[in-house]
Amino acid sequence: MISYELIGISVLWLFLYGYLIVASIDYGAGFFAFYARLTKQDHLLNRLISRYLSPVWEITNVFFVFFFVGIVGFFPDTAYYYGSALLVPGSIAVILLAIRGSFYAFESYGSKENIVYLFLYGATGLLIPASLSVALTLSEGGFIVEEGGAVSLEYLSLMTSPLSWSIVALAIVSVLFISGSFLSYYASRADDQPALKLMRTYALFWSMPTIIAALTAFIYLSQHNERHFQNMMDLWWLLALSVGFFMISVWLLYSGRRYGLAFICVMLQFFCAFFAYGIGQYPYILDPYITIQSGATHESMGVALVIAFIGGLCLLIPSLILVFRLFLFDADYVKGKK
Amino acid sequence: MVVDTVLWSRWLTGLTLAFHVIFATVGVGVPLMIAIAEFVGIRKKDSHYILMAKRWTRGFVISVAVGVVTGTAIALQLALVWPNFMQLAGNVIALPLFMEVFAFFFEAIFLGIYLYTWDRFRNPYVHWLLTLPIVAGASMSAFFITSVNGFMNQPDGFVMEAGHFTAVDPLQAMFNAATPSKVFHVLSSAYLTGAALLAGIAAYIILRKGASAYYKKALKLMMGVVLVFSLLTTIAGDMSAKFLAEHQPEKLAAAEWHFETERGADLILLGWLNAEQKVMGALHIPKALSFLAFGDFNAEVKGLEEFPLDERPPLLVHYLFDMMAGIGFVMLGVAFLYFLFVMWKKRNELNKWLLRAIVLSAPLAFLGVELGWFYAEVGRQPWIIRGYMRVEEAATSSPNVRILFFLFLLLYIVLGVMCIFVLRRLFRNKPAEAELEELSKEKQIHSMEKG
Repeated sequence: MISYELIGISVLWLFLYGYLIVASIDYGAGFFAFYARLTKQDHLLNRLISRYLSPVWEITNVFFVFFFVGIVGFFPDTAYYYGSALLVPGSIAVILLAIRGSFYAFESYGSKENIVYLFLYGATGLLIPASLSVALTLSEGGFIVEEGGAVSLEYLSLMTSPLSWSIVALAIVSVLFISGSFLSYYASRADDQPALKLMRTYALFWSMPTIIAALTAFIYLSQHNERHFQNMMDLWWLLALSVGFFMISVWLLYSGRRYGLAFICVMLQFFCAFFAYGIGQYPYILDPYITIQSGATHESMGVALVIAFIGGLCLLIPSLILVFRLFLFDADYVKGKK
Repeated sequence: MVVDTVLWSRWLTGLTLAFHVIFATVGVGVPLMIAIAEFVGIRKKDSHYILMAKRWTRGFVISVAVGVVTGTAIALQLALVWPNFMQLAGNVIALPLFMEVFAFFFEAIFLGIYLYTWDRFRNPYVHWLLTLPIVAGASMSAFFITSVNGFMNQPDGFVMEAGHFTAVDPLQAMFNAATPSKVFHVLSSAYLTGAALLAGIAAYIILRKGASAYYKKALKLMMGVVLVFSLLTTIAGDMSAKFLAEHQPEKLAAAEWHFETERGADLILLGWLNAEQKVMGALHIPKALSFLAFGDFNAEVKGLEEFPLDERPPLLVHYLFDMMAGIGFVMLGVAFLYFLFVMWKKRNELNKWLLRAIVLSAPLAFLGVELGWFYAEVGRQPWIIRGYMRVEEAATSSPNVRILFFLFLLLYIVLGVMCIFVLRRLFRNKPAEAELEELSKEKQIHSMEKG
């Protein structure tokens, strides 16, 4: 019998992975929209991006809140440690999310295009993943310290840590790579050749930095947290799969065919790497203060949350399929005929 | 120093909630109005009502966006500003918090579909059916969050052992004693406020630009909803008072400035306290408090004297309570008067003064919601979980909350101003009359193509 806390962390990790993908598409699209405007190529892209983003932006945000509420629910100790330590950076992330979400709505539902909105939308698209990725760095330990009953964050060692900066860099380039490959796929479905050409260039451009940043982060991890690094090395086959999927996706993008398959390979690439990272961190949620076993909530609550989660999925999956059929996979809608 | 941080933490959370509750109330209330308008429009085959649903939805998504981002803010602030509270209470109340996200997710998905499928179904009722999951999702969100607030007032579903909660029963915690009356009160007042807002806008435009068929219909439809829900809110308020009298007497006593336990207690309206804590200049209604609290003019109502000094809520809540209840009755009165004028042929329901009162009702309704929540929260002091954890034990120890308070204040000012700005531009450039003309032109073209 698999324990409820293990189910809990697996589900949450899966959610975080889901957020990683949908949010990357969204964040990257914001940046590309802004960049295309600067280089006067926006006429090629904006309709494509807004047609995809308009129906789904709230859904993206909810993935994040889901993960967040879920982890505090399953592991209330995370609220204490991360909550106490992250008051300032967490609040800044909240403010950025607030600016991004509301200004997107203001722009797309409310008014004509405005370069200031678009700038905020594009800039926050890179700053938010950067600031959220810091939480991953913190979980490695050494940055959050509990002394005399007070939890604090060691800002100086965080700011000077090469690990933390390499993870930030990885977050930013991954966002652009994931987003670029998805939008290539979306453009090819919409049969929009000029947009496809542009997006394919972006996707290929950001593919190499992604793999380089991943390797760099991995090397710095080995210096910072030997245990985590060794655990990941034991999962070498997952990492190898990840690299394999990466190569397939780049090859498909390069040869300019099967964009759907290319995007699926990108998703699998990140799936393998993300789970190798997550499983390697087991059993810690915050090294060394919270482990999955010590931090878990009561069994009755854990079971209730798992049941609520399954019930919720039964409600949500059909609704999500409906959204996808209406907006993502309805070729007429994608092409702008509806 | 410690007290200082606690106070700033309270201010920060209060600020976020006070701002969020405006959009949360719109978010819960307005979908029902959209559903009603579209249904009436399809039933009566009247494009005016369909246009109402369309226009309201367009405005609604803007406020939803602000609601979403401030909702995210408060969700995170609960852990960032009150880490000790979430560590302790998270064990017991995580379930409704988790399910709230599901409910909202559900609502967001269908709102997205609703927004982009106005002309995609042949049978108009299919599109209308999409409003049901939106209304249900919004109302379930309100239910779950209110049950968490209920838990803070009436903690249940656990045993306290050595500073930790054990024997946790999540369902019992969710369906605590405070949940039913609170949920009823929150939902009916949200629907009331949503309707009052839309009625107020219609009345405002009639005052400014004269009466048109579209706005007269909108006004009448919404005043009907206001009448129904102001009646229901009165009942919900009465239930809440009776609940407090039984389960949380110190909260009611503080609101009513009821110091000594007695039979046949008077109801005290407004007034002030002098240096010896004597009530001055207030209106006394003999035995009314006993009646309101227990349905019996001679029932015994517990006074504040029965509670230790450091467990009494601040006496300021008296004004919050009186004003909230007063606003409720004003709204009921205005709606009643409107329909009296509608029925009574000699009077014109579009009377200038009546319209002005309706316009005023909209901000009053929001003020009432704010006052009600402030009463609910301040009246629970000094507890964050009544009887188990005090507010000062729950707050973060980081002194940075003070700076963050101002940062968030700035954020909310920007969001609020932008929201109003965008909404104004959205509707000013596109008055309802112009849209109606466009619609009928499109129809003509359609029928010509068909013919």
